[in-house]
Amino acid sequence: MRKFSAFALLREGLSGQAGWQRQWRSPEPKPRYDVVIVGGGGHGLATAFYLAERHGIRDVAVVEKGWIGGGNTGRNTTIIRSNYLHDESAAIYEHAVKLWENLAQALNYNVMYSPRGVLMLAHNTHDIQSLKRHVHANRLNGIDNEWLSPQQCKAFCPPLNIDRAMRYPILGGALQRRGGTARHDAVAWGYARAASARGVDILENCEVTGIRRGASGAIEGVETSRGFIGANKVGVVAAGHTSVIMNMAGVRLPLESFPLQALVSEPVKPAFPCVVMSNTIHAYISQSDKGEMVIGAGTDAYTSYSQRGALHIATHTLDAICELVPVFRRLRMLRNWGGIVDVTPDRSPILAKTPVPGLYVNCGWGTGGFKATPGSGDVFAWTIAKDAPHPINAPFTIERFREGVLIDEAAAAAVAH
Amino acid sequence: MLLIKCPWCGERPELEFSYGGEAHIARPADPTRLDDEQWAAFLYFRNNPKGLHAERWRHVHGCGRVFNAQRDTVSDAIVATYKAGEKPPGQSGSSP
Repeated sequence: MRKFSAFALLREGLSGQAGWQRQWRSPEPKPRYDVVIVGGGGHGLATAFYLAERHGIRDVAVVEKGWIGGGNTGRNTTIIRSNYLHDESAAIYEHAVKLWENLAQALNYNVMYSPRGVLMLAHNTHDIQSLKRHVHANRLNGIDNEWLSPQQCKAFCPPLNIDRAMRYPILGGALQRRGGTARHDAVAWGYARAASARGVDILENCEVTGIRRGASGAIEGVETSRGFIGANKVGVVAAGHTSVIMNMAGVRLPLESFPLQALVSEPVKPAFPCVVMSNTIHAYISQSDKGEMVIGAGTDAYTSYSQRGALHIATHTLDAICELVPVFRRLRMLRNWGGIVDVTPDRSPILAKTPVPGLYVNCGWGTGGFKATPGSGDVFAWTIAKDAPHPINAPFTIERFREGVLIDEAAAAAVAH
Repeated sequence: MLLIKCPWCGERPELEFSYGGEAHIARPADPTRLDDEQWAAFLYFRNNPKGLHAERWRHVHGCGRVFNAQRDTVSDAIVATYKAGEKPPGQSGSSP
C-alpha cells in the first residue's frame, strides 16, 4: 500500500495522476483462513483491521455478499456521539469516540471526522428531566455533555426556531461538543484499505450460504457463493441479516430486523453548523460536506428485509424538521433510501461468544451502529483473538436476556438511537 | 405504505393499524413453572425470518380488533390475513 500524503498528491499531480493504486486487493478466496468475518461493513472491516493491527492475526478474510460500503455503512446518517445513559453503553460508545479522534491518522485515510457538536432538543418537562439526567450521568462517566437554554441553543445553531408558539417548542438542549459526523464511505474504504495492506483478504460478491460445524459442534468454515472457506473462527457482523446467518449455525438471537430510512436534500451552501436531534418529535439532521441536508427518519412499524420504508415515515420526520428549521421548508429532497437494522429488545448491541465454539457475533446495533464502528471493531477483534470478551463488551452478551441484566437504552435513547 | 385487509372491515391503509409483532406466541399457561431460559424465549427471542412472517396487527383506528397476517418480509406483500385464534392459511385447527 502506497501511503497517502501531501507529497504523494504533488507527485501524482506532476505525473498525470497515473500512479494511484487500487485501494484494496481483490484476491481469490483461499481454502482456509484462521478467521473469517461475515459482513464487509464498517464493523466487520474494523474487526479485521484490529485483528491484524493489534493482535497480529493476519490470516483473515472478510466475506461480503455485495460490495464494500453498499450496506448500512453507506446508508446511515453518519452521526457520532457517546452521550448514552448507562455506564456500559457510555463505555463502549466513548471508546469509539476516542478512536474516531485519531482514526484518519491510524488508517492513513481521511475519514472526515468532524466534531461539530450534537445538540439533542427538549420539548417538554419529561425531555428536560431526561436530558439533564443524561448530562449528569455522562459527566460522572467523564463524557462531555452540557445543558443549553433555548437562547443558547439558538446561539449554537442559528437556523433553529425557538418561538414559544410552536406546537413542540424548544425548551432547552443537551450538547455534546465532541459529537459530530464522519464520511461513512471513507470509513469503510479506509478500513478496507488498511486491513488489506496488513494481509486481510477482502472477498466481495461472496455470499455466505451456510455455516459448517464439525462433529463436536465447533465451527469448520462457511459455505459461500464462491465455494467452501474453512476457518478456525468465524465472526458474524451481518447487521440486519444476522438472524438469517446465525440460523445457519442453529443459533437463535433476540433480534428483529426493521427498515430504517434516511434522505438527503439538494446540496446548498453551508447553512447548518452542527447535528440536531429531537427524540420527541423524531428528527435528526446535519449537513454533509457536499452540502446536502442529511435527515434520518424512523423505522417502519413492521419487520422487513426490503431495504425500503414507507413514505409516511419520512414525511413525519420532514414535518418535524420544517417546524424546527423553517428556512428548510423550501428545500427539495433529492434521494431517500432504507437500510435493514437489527434491533434487540433493550436497544443495546450483542458482542459476544456464542454457544457454538469458534463462532462469535457482533449485532443488535439497531438504528445507531455507525458511531460505534471503531470501538465495536476493536473490542470484537479482542473477543475473537482471545476467545474472551474485552471488559468493555463483557456486559453485551446473549445471556443477558436470560439473566435479566438488560442494558436498557430503549427508554434512555428513545427512537433516535 | 401497506394496504392491509382487516378480516372484518376490508382493505384499509396501514395508518389505521398498529403492529403487534410475531404472531402465535402463546402466553405460558402456568407462568410459575417456567425457568429463565423459557421466559427469555417467550419474551425476547423471535424467528425474524427472511420470507413468510406471521404477525399480529390491530385495526386501532377502525374496528379495534386484533387479527393476524402472513407477510413476505422481502417484498412486504401481505399474503393473507385471518382472524385471531385461527390457524395460518394451509393449517387447520385453532391457534394462540
